[in-house]
Amino acid sequence: MTTADVTTAHTEEHPTYTGLNNVKMAMWAFLGSEWLFFGSLISTYLLFKNRTGSGPKPQEIYDIPFTSVSSFVLLMSSLTMVLALAAIQRGDHKKLRVWLVATALLGCIFIGGQIFEFTTFVHEGLTLKTSPFGSAFFVLTGFHGAHVTIGILMLLSLAGMSSLGKLPQRDANKVEMVGLYWHFVDIVWIVIFTVVYLIP
Amino acid sequence: MAQAHEHKHPGEKEYIKIAVILAVITALEVAVYYIESLRPLLVPVLLSMAFVKFVLVAGWFMHLKFDSRIFRRLFIVGIVTALGVFTILLVTLLVAFPAHS
Repeated sequence: MTTADVTTAHTEEHPTYTGLNNVKMAMWAFLGSEWLFFGSLISTYLLFKNRTGSGPKPQEIYDIPFTSVSSFVLLMSSLTMVLALAAIQRGDHKKLRVWLVATALLGCIFIGGQIFEFTTFVHEGLTLKTSPFGSAFFVLTGFHGAHVTIGILMLLSLAGMSSLGKLPQRDANKVEMVGLYWHFVDIVWIVIFTVVYLIP
Repeated sequence: MAQAHEHKHPGEKEYIKIAVILAVITALEVAVYYIESLRPLLVPVLLSMAFVKFVLVAGWFMHLKFDSRIFRRLFIVGIVTALGVFTILLVTLLVAFPAHS
């Protein structure tokens, strides 16, 4: 096999039954299934949000202006993510790294805000064990935060691969998959922000 | 072959326009939350705005509007299943144990 043959084998996608990329298909199936995971956590929260026991009630501790800023930051990270994808699709690797790192930074700001919020709540008397409301709140937002953290690690890995020259334009699909995951995490937060924080 | 099922993705300017719309809707959500006269309509208004944000992110940023319908179906099946299962669960629990709700 010549070098040219190897290159061809790497760059051409093999034909599939549907004519669609299998990895992308698997990612969409995974994201579809994730709704069941977050659906169970959101349902549990809705069931327990009024069971506060002797602990603080939701409206007493939620800081809506602060959480609104966090939501805005996460929304804007979806913009930087999609700009990273557009950059690799046109072969602009410098811009790709800029937007990937920007997305990771915005994700870090969101996680920093969540850590600050959790710490404040604990000081105000709401912990995982205080009440069913506390358990449901921390488990739901905590699992979302874990998803964001995994996303940040994937973004930084892509930025590292790009810096080492191991993310050529033909691998734009990898950025797109991480992007789909990141946008999904953003969408879940859109739901959490409305259902958990804004609706009394 | 895969390209046969997919349309051209939007450009950077369109992505920025979508982001501005998302930012404006988020600001409106927070404003609506603080307007006392809108309290009776708070839940439907907030859910509608969240739905619009959801559609904009999924449709444009995730390219569901432009990619194959199969991806859209996979995603929607997950949402509809989750909504169905957990609505039934919540209604059942609230009817069976009203004292705990």
